[in-house]
Amino acid sequence: MNTQPNSFRTQPDDRGHFGEFGGRYVAETLMPLILDLEREYRAAQKDPAFQAEFDDLLEHYVGRPSPLYFAERLTEHLRKEAEPGMGAQVWFKRDELNHTGAHKINNCIGQILLAKRMGKTRIIAETGAGQHGVATATVCARFGLPCVIYMGAEDVARQSPNVFRMKLLGAEVVPVTSGGATLKDAMNEGLRDWVANVHDTFYIIGTAAGPHPYPELVRDFQSVIGTEARAQLLARTGRLPDLLIACIGGGSNALGLFHPFLDDPDVKMLGVEAAGHGLDGDEHAASLLGGSPGVLHGNKTYLLQDEDGQITEGHSISAGLDYPGIGPEHAWLKDTGRVEYTAVTDDEALEGFQLLCRTEGIIPALEPSHALAAVAKRAPQMREDEIICMNLCGRGDKDIFTVAEKLGVQM
Amino acid sequence: MTRLQTAFSQPHPAFVAFITAGDGDTAANLDALVAGGADVIELGMPFTDPMADGPAIQSANLRSLGKGTTTADVFQVTKDFRARHPDTPLILMGYANPMIRRGPEWFASECVKAGVDGVICVDIPPEEDGELGPALRDAGIAPIRLATPTTDAARLPQVLEGSGGFLYYVSVAGITGLQQAAQSSIEEAVAKLKAATDLPVAVGFGVRTPEQAAEIAKVADGVVVGSALVDLVGEFGDEAPAKLQELTERLVAAMRDLKQ
Repeated sequence: MNTQPNSFRTQPDDRGHFGEFGGRYVAETLMPLILDLEREYRAAQKDPAFQAEFDDLLEHYVGRPSPLYFAERLTEHLRKEAEPGMGAQVWFKRDELNHTGAHKINNCIGQILLAKRMGKTRIIAETGAGQHGVATATVCARFGLPCVIYMGAEDVARQSPNVFRMKLLGAEVVPVTSGGATLKDAMNEGLRDWVANVHDTFYIIGTAAGPHPYPELVRDFQSVIGTEARAQLLARTGRLPDLLIACIGGGSNALGLFHPFLDDPDVKMLGVEAAGHGLDGDEHAASLLGGSPGVLHGNKTYLLQDEDGQITEGHSISAGLDYPGIGPEHAWLKDTGRVEYTAVTDDEALEGFQLLCRTEGIIPALEPSHALAAVAKRAPQMREDEIICMNLCGRGDKDIFTVAEKLGVQM
Repeated sequence: MTRLQTAFSQPHPAFVAFITAGDGDTAANLDALVAGGADVIELGMPFTDPMADGPAIQSANLRSLGKGTTTADVFQVTKDFRARHPDTPLILMGYANPMIRRGPEWFASECVKAGVDGVICVDIPPEEDGELGPALRDAGIAPIRLATPTTDAARLPQVLEGSGGFLYYVSVAGITGLQQAAQSSIEEAVAKLKAATDLPVAVGFGVRTPEQAAEIAKVADGVVVGSALVDLVGEFGDEAPAKLQELTERLVAAMRDLKQ
């Protein structure tokens, strides 16, 4: 499978395919719409005014560029377990400092500007843990557009602070009771709403998945992470990093970090999926490592599914990683071998979470806690002069209840 | 003539009856639809994530999967139906993932073995036809495409290219079983479609009553009813066949009366 292209940064092709993955697997009612969206996105890409407005909002509203931070005490801590001369420097791209507390807002700004360009007057989105829902509700408030967020009824019950935040921001939160009442069902319901309201509604998809052009445009909007990190690392360390690490649910924060580095052959990349209770059982959310290719939610990609192609439920301690699919570009990067993928269990992520709290005074979200667990494994195996850059893509305020419960603490 | 061509060349418009495979006593339900006068059977393949379906058919999918229905079960139901009803066309409707799971050639050859006449795959638009279309056409199974209110004149030829059996006009931009389109918009759309293709045009989505079916039958070659039938299966379980036959008889009678 390791056919190496000349560039890893020219995907997808004009049909929206990343190798055999991606594409536009949607009902006919939506096809004209996503073709429209693609035309509008191509026009926006060529429009300096669009890019200028996007950059301006990222700087003054989101708070970009996010800092690049050398995690000195974490680096020292991990060197204690390493052989002499070993223990890579750990740097964080701090997207948890963005407005709303995660990388999700970068994409929402881009998509709402597209919605405005297309004259759409109503926004819908799906959300799992609520981070994308909050980011979407935020930009809708900022632009004065009505907003409907579909959220699995299970998640509504578990994530009540985020539900309240969305409501404060003026969004209508619709609990989805169909199917398993989780993120994938919320996405089904979002698609059902969209198909019934095509004339005025824009669907802000939260990750680099869905029908073309969503995987491409979400990646492009999130690539601000890697573009900044590349310049910041060159300025601060005088060279490119040796290893990039990011967690993967749908995969947008990882693609945002990785994509600007894909054609730097000496930069290795590691995507970290959620192994839940372990890859040997059914209770994980590792589509790449524990799934197989199929079609869901508009794209062909790796999915958690049974032998008949029925979709199975993922599990992770992190609601943001708990999705049975993955962005199609990751599927392609896996099969080409450009990016390595691994998985980390709930327990390992919980250790990563606590490690960062104690060593750096940063409470991370449970999603990047998976990446932290991978950092803790990899750094001691690398030389002292080597550099790891990890995307710290979300802050952990939302997760303290889950963590307390796991640690047996009554709040 | 194929079974589908025969069904659409009768003096009256064809009644296309949809139910979900594995929901209730499917064999008895299918027999009831045929006894009631259904001209074409559209059998839903259950899927965990039926994105284009409303609450009625979503529930039917979950009921079926909850009973452990497999792809093999769906083909067995179909094969048994074909043995009992050699002349009634049967098409499968469903989503891409279960259809391509073991490869499109496998799926197409199972369709041939089970006596399936056509396949509607909701989430394979013409742009992704290569995923399933060539395998179906090579096997002589009609790939039945959907046209919708958002399919404009510029796009229609692409939808028709490579399609077979009949053209399914989705009369509302929306999901199955909810709102009903205005008759005038259906008439206008069907006229445009018929001007563009020789394939029969059947109309579905939101058609629940004999009155609606009769109105549509004035202009279309076929009328599809799904959610109203599926609701009966959900409500009456093992008692559903009698109810299905009764509703089918009323729908068929209404459609034929108005055409004469």
